[in-house]
Amino acid sequence: MSERVDVDRRGFLQCMAWAGTGLLWSVAGGVPASRPIGAGRAEAADASAPASFSFAQISDTHIGFKGEANRDVLATFQAAIARVRALDPKPAFLIHTGDLSHAQKPGAFDIVRQSLESVGLERVFYIPGEHDVYADGGVAYFEHFPTGGSGRGWQSFDYRGVHFVGLINVLGYKAGGLGSLGAEQLEWLERDVAGLAASTPIVVFAHVPLWAVYPQWGWVTDDAAQALGYLRRFGSVTVLNGHIHQILQKVEGNVTFHTARSTAFPQPAPGAAPAPGPVKVPVEALRGLLGIREVTYARGRDSLAVVDASLV
Amino acid sequence: MSPSRSMIGAIVATVTLLLVSGGAARGQDQGARVEIKAHGFGTPELTVPAGTTVTWINHDDDPHTVTSTANDFRSPGLDTDESYAYTFTRPGTYEYYCTLHPLMTGKVIVRSRS
Repeated sequence: MSERVDVDRRGFLQCMAWAGTGLLWSVAGGVPASRPIGAGRAEAADASAPASFSFAQISDTHIGFKGEANRDVLATFQAAIARVRALDPKPAFLIHTGDLSHAQKPGAFDIVRQSLESVGLERVFYIPGEHDVYADGGVAYFEHFPTGGSGRGWQSFDYRGVHFVGLINVLGYKAGGLGSLGAEQLEWLERDVAGLAASTPIVVFAHVPLWAVYPQWGWVTDDAAQALGYLRRFGSVTVLNGHIHQILQKVEGNVTFHTARSTAFPQPAPGAAPAPGPVKVPVEALRGLLGIREVTYARGRDSLAVVDASLV
Repeated sequence: MSPSRSMIGAIVATVTLLLVSGGAARGQDQGARVEIKAHGFGTPELTVPAGTTVTWINHDDDPHTVTSTANDFRSPGLDTDESYAYTFTRPGTYEYYCTLHPLMTGKVIVRSRS
């Protein structure tokens, strides 16, 4: 029923794995596998059995966007929420990986928070994207989503043996610059993971990709290598990002990187357009390019299973 | 941004500047416009006499800002079709960027009026 495609490791490292429309990708034991969306949940269930817990990722909701690429971002946002509600088993919690709002207009943060809280999960975790902080340096964002605790909003927590780290790489934007974490956050991260056993599964979430997807467009975090250096000793590190509005995966040692789809509009593949930004596609094609993600942790397995689902 | 877009942007901005300058010669307020398009400032380097009001207009579906690297001026977030104006009173070179897309940079060179 499901087709498993083993990818040559070198080939996989050389060219980042692309997920075309109509395929679900999962990664188990560090090996990516694809299956047609219509193939149902059987493989995900097999790969994750016995499933300990799962969580959902939603990203780049861009509430307030009014452009041609999607005339009704609230409708696609609600469709994404319906997808999350339909996940079975029910995810333990939800992570929003940033760009909640499009242009930081009043009301956008409230719409996102109220809509996501209505799903009724244990918790919703947020980290900002650059669209959430660009106008005021994050003042309004952190009023709406106080994280308390350490530093300027970065956070970590443990859930059933998995250590989660939420990093913020959109507060250090400078002229000519790129996403960055900054010295204070890097020091915090080093301390945060210092006491953990190398066998602890690590999940890192941040808005801008933590590897150099396409520096010419700013799709890179300039000091990510230092952060990843603190994580290399761990046997399983899963990095979840947003920002680029498309699924892209990469494996580097024990670290797997996954960028997520938006719920609002697609962006061009790296270098496929003069500049990044919203891409207008035929109306009937739009929801196939938007989506959510389910991540499943099964005790005893090396890697977490990552399954992306479109809004079709 | 492709060279052709950048060139078109420069031509548009230059023509606009000439038109607005013409208006100034007739005693109206002097001004210049920078069109923001395709993730770029249409006139990345603009030279104006002191006292000129420069207006930036965002034509992208993405929001942008016009933020001085030396904190001389800072626009609010400019959503589609929104604009921001700043009057340059003192000669000098004013570099700026978009806080959302920091690879977008530009400068305004302000000459004295003599």
